[in-house]
Amino acid sequence: MAVADVPGLPQPHRTGDAVPRPSPLAGLRAAYEHQWLLYVRTWRGSIFGNFAQPVLFLLAMGIGLGSYVDKANSAAMGGVPYLEFLAPALLVSTVMQGAVFEATFPVLAGFTWVRRYHAMFATPLTPFAIAFGQLAWIATRATLVGSIFLVVIVLFRAAATPGIIFSVPVGTLTALAFAGPIAAFMSSQRDTSAFNSIWRFGITPLFLFSGTFFPIEQLPAIIRPLAWLLPLWHGVDLARSLALDTAWQDPLVQVAHVVVLTTFAVGGAVAMFVMFRRRLER
Amino acid sequence: MPEKPAAPLIHARGLTKRFDTLTAVDSIDFDVAPGESFGFLGPNGAGKTSAMRMIACVSPVTEGTLRILDLDPATDGARIRGRLGVVPQQDTLDTEISVRDNLVIYGRYFGLSRAESRRRAGELLEFAHLAERAGDKVEPLSGGMKRRLTIARALINEPSILLLDEPTTGLDPQARHLLWERLYRLKQRGVTLVLTTHYMDEAEQLCDRLVVMDKAKIVAEGSPRSLISEWSTREVTEMRFPVGVQETLGDRLDGIGDRIELLPDRVLVYSDDGEAAATAVLGRGLVPQTVLVRRSSLEDVFLRLTGRSLVE
Repeated sequence: MAVADVPGLPQPHRTGDAVPRPSPLAGLRAAYEHQWLLYVRTWRGSIFGNFAQPVLFLLAMGIGLGSYVDKANSAAMGGVPYLEFLAPALLVSTVMQGAVFEATFPVLAGFTWVRRYHAMFATPLTPFAIAFGQLAWIATRATLVGSIFLVVIVLFRAAATPGIIFSVPVGTLTALAFAGPIAAFMSSQRDTSAFNSIWRFGITPLFLFSGTFFPIEQLPAIIRPLAWLLPLWHGVDLARSLALDTAWQDPLVQVAHVVVLTTFAVGGAVAMFVMFRRRLER
Repeated sequence: MPEKPAAPLIHARGLTKRFDTLTAVDSIDFDVAPGESFGFLGPNGAGKTSAMRMIACVSPVTEGTLRILDLDPATDGARIRGRLGVVPQQDTLDTEISVRDNLVIYGRYFGLSRAESRRRAGELLEFAHLAERAGDKVEPLSGGMKRRLTIARALINEPSILLLDEPTTGLDPQARHLLWERLYRLKQRGVTLVLTTHYMDEAEQLCDRLVVMDKAKIVAEGSPRSLISEWSTREVTEMRFPVGVQETLGDRLDGIGDRIELLPDRVLVYSDDGEAAATAVLGRGLVPQTVLVRRSSLEDVFLRLTGRSLVE
């Protein structure tokens, strides 16, 4: 066998001050780039799903169910067609669910079975770069899914006003409000057992009862405060007010929505960073 | 070969790692010089991996001094990691992307440009005998191929120090020997290797100098040869006696060789001349069923230091 030459030979040994300092921003960028690499392998199937899901939901709920709601001429919907009432809220809820998925499965895989984060931490990447590279990717995905949803909404003529465009950034902010805390929690887990509980007892009820399909004023008075506590309703109500052009009626409520969502997003991001560091530096 | 400056690449004094109540590494001292290949040898749970993780700057030092490349891991961890290549015990390859992408993205972690990272990935795939699998996913690769890919990946930043934690555990003999050959080539070219192993043959093949760890402490240090001469004899005579005789040997072998070990199934005589020891046994009218004279190995040292003979 021919002797292959040896690549990867050390540079002249440099010690002390001569050792180069890696750039923290380059690390963050590389961690983010890794996520793109994973995404481009499956983007076709993923994009198809991102189109198909809103089409199915808007058909079944907006047009199918909506035709009954509109016949009843319900004032609870603010006197707009059900499809227009539903569309911005469904966008936000769908984006939120996608982000929850991205904050559970890939995070657990990164620590346990693929061990991607451990591989990253053996390099100049810091827990900061690893956590925020992941979070930046979740935000990107959320924006992508939201934008596709927006296109479907426009094609369905489900947009009441041009304010529907704001649903995309509101969706991304809502996604971050969920992704940070959930990723922080998942980084303390060793297996998928908590994963199913999050969906069954957390995300699915939230999706159904956070004002997406009907106003939370229809909920029993005891449950209503629960919707106020969790960030999804804030995202749904904010996106809907902007899309139906009713936000100017109670601007303080809209500001409160933004404050709640931002608080969850920032608090979650900090918690995620702290938990990632704890898991990696042992 | 690089010039040998006075400063060691790794310098540890009183290095200690504690997890809650467990002391994994208990005040160990060692230095690793540039171009040297240095091993941590010890049974499972001796503290080798914990020591390696501290050197890799992913595990904070509990107590003591640790300097790597004349920097402090506590304040310059990322900077030091930029000059290390790490081959962990458990694979951390990204099984969802291709063999080549695993190398290219890793290069990006070290701040290499895409073009440079791709160029080095190509060379390293040749080095690791993986060029034909470049476009394949990682999952279907054999254990040996995955290890070679992990080593190739660890070289993408042209590291000053290559850290290998039990590099050949779980591999078949062919895969082990190919890996040793690749590592030996790196060593010849001046790469500083630090490895842990519980395989004696691996330590003898690869290490210029090693420390034996047991129960979180260093119990011996030296080159494989000096450890053998210090802790064992040149040769070992292994004899098996018929059932019934073994139990009656008692002190009937006393005086033969430097040291005698009576095991349940055989007798080991340590001496500088194994043939002469065997002849002396026969001279006492004892006839073993089988006789094997062999050179003393690190395994004898290891067992003496960490295993059964400490009990006697």
